[in-house]
Amino acid sequence: MTVTPEEALAPEASAPAQYASSADWREIDVRVAGLRETNRILHDSDGTGRFRLTDPRGAHALAVGLAQPDEVVIDGPTGYYTAGMNDGAHVTVNGNVGVGVAENMMSGTVRVGGSASQSAGATAHGGLLVISGDAGARCGISMKGVDIVVGGSIGHMSCFMGQAGRLVVLGDAGDALGDSLYEVHIYVRGSVASLGADCVEKEMRSEHHAELAELLDQAGVTDVVTDEFRRYGSARTLYTFDVDNASAY
Amino acid sequence: MCGIVGLHLRDPDLEPRLGALLTTMLGEMTDRGSDSAGVAVYGNADWTPPGSATVTVLADGVDAPILAARVASHLAAEVNGRELGATVLLTARTDADALATAVRTAAPEVVLVGMGTELAVLKGVGLPMELAAGFGLPAASGWQGVGHTRMATESAVTPAGSHPFSVGPDQCIVHNGSFSNHASVRRAMARRGVHCDTLNDTEVAARFVAEQIASGAGIDEALEEMAGVLDGFYTLLVSTAEEFAVVRDPIACKPAVIAETDQYVAMASEYRAMAHLPGIADAHIYEPEPGRVYHWHR
Repeated sequence: MTVTPEEALAPEASAPAQYASSADWREIDVRVAGLRETNRILHDSDGTGRFRLTDPRGAHALAVGLAQPDEVVIDGPTGYYTAGMNDGAHVTVNGNVGVGVAENMMSGTVRVGGSASQSAGATAHGGLLVISGDAGARCGISMKGVDIVVGGSIGHMSCFMGQAGRLVVLGDAGDALGDSLYEVHIYVRGSVASLGADCVEKEMRSEHHAELAELLDQAGVTDVVTDEFRRYGSARTLYTFDVDNASAY
Repeated sequence: MCGIVGLHLRDPDLEPRLGALLTTMLGEMTDRGSDSAGVAVYGNADWTPPGSATVTVLADGVDAPILAARVASHLAAEVNGRELGATVLLTARTDADALATAVRTAAPEVVLVGMGTELAVLKGVGLPMELAAGFGLPAASGWQGVGHTRMATESAVTPAGSHPFSVGPDQCIVHNGSFSNHASVRRAMARRGVHCDTLNDTEVAARFVAEQIASGAGIDEALEEMAGVLDGFYTLLVSTAEEFAVVRDPIACKPAVIAETDQYVAMASEYRAMAHLPGIADAHIYEPEPGRVYHWHR
C-alpha cells in the first residue's frame, strides 16, 4: 500500500473547490439562524441553491430531508442525523459528524471530510455517502441500496443485515462485519477483525474490479488500485427459509 | 438517555475557568436529561480547602451551620458547613474517614454523597443550568470536573438518585445507560456487608468499583471486573484524585466522544458539549472503542 486513507481521500478533494470565492453561495450562520430556520431555508430552495452553513457546533439534524439537488457545504462538525433522509441534495461536511449521517438517504451525495460516529448511512436506499476518515460501529447497518465509501476504518457490526448497495472500506473493518447479510457487496482494503454470521469472503472477478473502480472514482479516491481489496458477501444460508431450521423460528 | 461530561485539565492556566467550561458542557447536555443534574469538582480551594477533608451531604431542610455544629461535637476539630443548592459541604481539618464517621454518627438522617480531600459533589433535582447557577459552578476553579444530566430510568427522581455517585474517597462515577442486573448485584453486595443508600443502578456500580479499588485494584482492573459482573448498557466516566477514566459497554450502546489537547482531556456524550472548549478545532477527537478502559493520570 503506497497511499494512506487520509491521503487517498483528503477533505479538500471532496469539497466543491469554487464555493469560497463564488458570489452565488449563500452563507448561513447556524448559530445565528437557528436549526429550524436553517433547515427551512434549505427546504424552500428550488434545487439550484448553493448554501454554506457555518458554525454548526455539533448541532443535530442539520440539512435533513432535502428533496432538491441543491449544494450544501457545512463548515465544521455536526451532530446526529446530518443530511438524514437526503433525496437528491449534495451535502459536504468539512468536519466530523455524529450518529446516523445520511441515515435513510434516498438519493444524492453526502461527503464527510472528517470521521463519522456510529450508524453512518443506516437503512439508506440510494445515493453516495463518502467518509474521508473513520466510521464508527454499525456503518451501513440495514443499508438498502446506498453506496458507502469510507477512507479510514469502520467499527463493529458494520453492514449488519445489509440488503443492497455497496460498502467500500479503505482501512480496516471491526468485528462481525456483514452479520446476517443479504445482498450488499462489501470491499475491504485492510484487515477484517471478524466476519459476522453468514458473511464470507468471495472471489474478486472482473466485474467486481470494475464495480469497485467506478465507486472509488465516484468517491474521488486516487492512487488506490482495486487489487488491494478483498470482497465479502452473503453465503445466503440464513435469509431464505430452510425447513431444517423450522425449529429455530 | 442521560448526558455525561468531564474535563481533566493538563494546563494549570485553565484551572480558573474549569467551572465556566464545565457549566457550558453541562448545559449543552440538557436535551439528554433534564430531570436532575450534578457535578463533581476536584481541587477547588474554596469548596475543598487544602489540608482539610470535605464531606458532601444531602440535607433537605437542615440548616448548614447547625449541622456543622452537631458534627463538630463528635470531632476534635472545627467543622464548617455551607449550603450549595440541595447539598451541604462540611469541611474540617481532619482526615476524610474521621469526618465521614462523625457525620454518620451525628446526623444519621442525612445522605452522604461525597467525601475526600479534593472532591466536592454537588447534585440535585431540576434543570442543569439552574442547578449549576445555584452551586456557583460558573465561577468555580479546579483541575478536574465531571457532570451529569439525568433522564431517570432505574430509580426515582430525587437528589440522592442524581449523579455523580461518589462512595469512596475522592472517587466519582457518572453513567449514561442502565444496568439490568443491579438488584441481584446489590443483594450480593449486601451479603458481604456493602450497602447502598438508594435503589439506583449506578450506585451499585460505584460501590462495586469502590470495593475493588479499596481491595487494591487499579482503575482498569476495577472496571474490567465490573464489566464481568454488571450487565447492561453504559458509558461510564470514573474519576479519582489521580485519574480520569472512560469505559463503554462491550457493544458500545451508549455514545462517547473524547477530545484531547495539550491543555486538557475532555469527554462528553456528544461533541456539541465540547464545541466551546478552547483549541477544540485542533483537538484529537475520537470515540472510545467498546469494552476498552481509557485512562489518564494527573
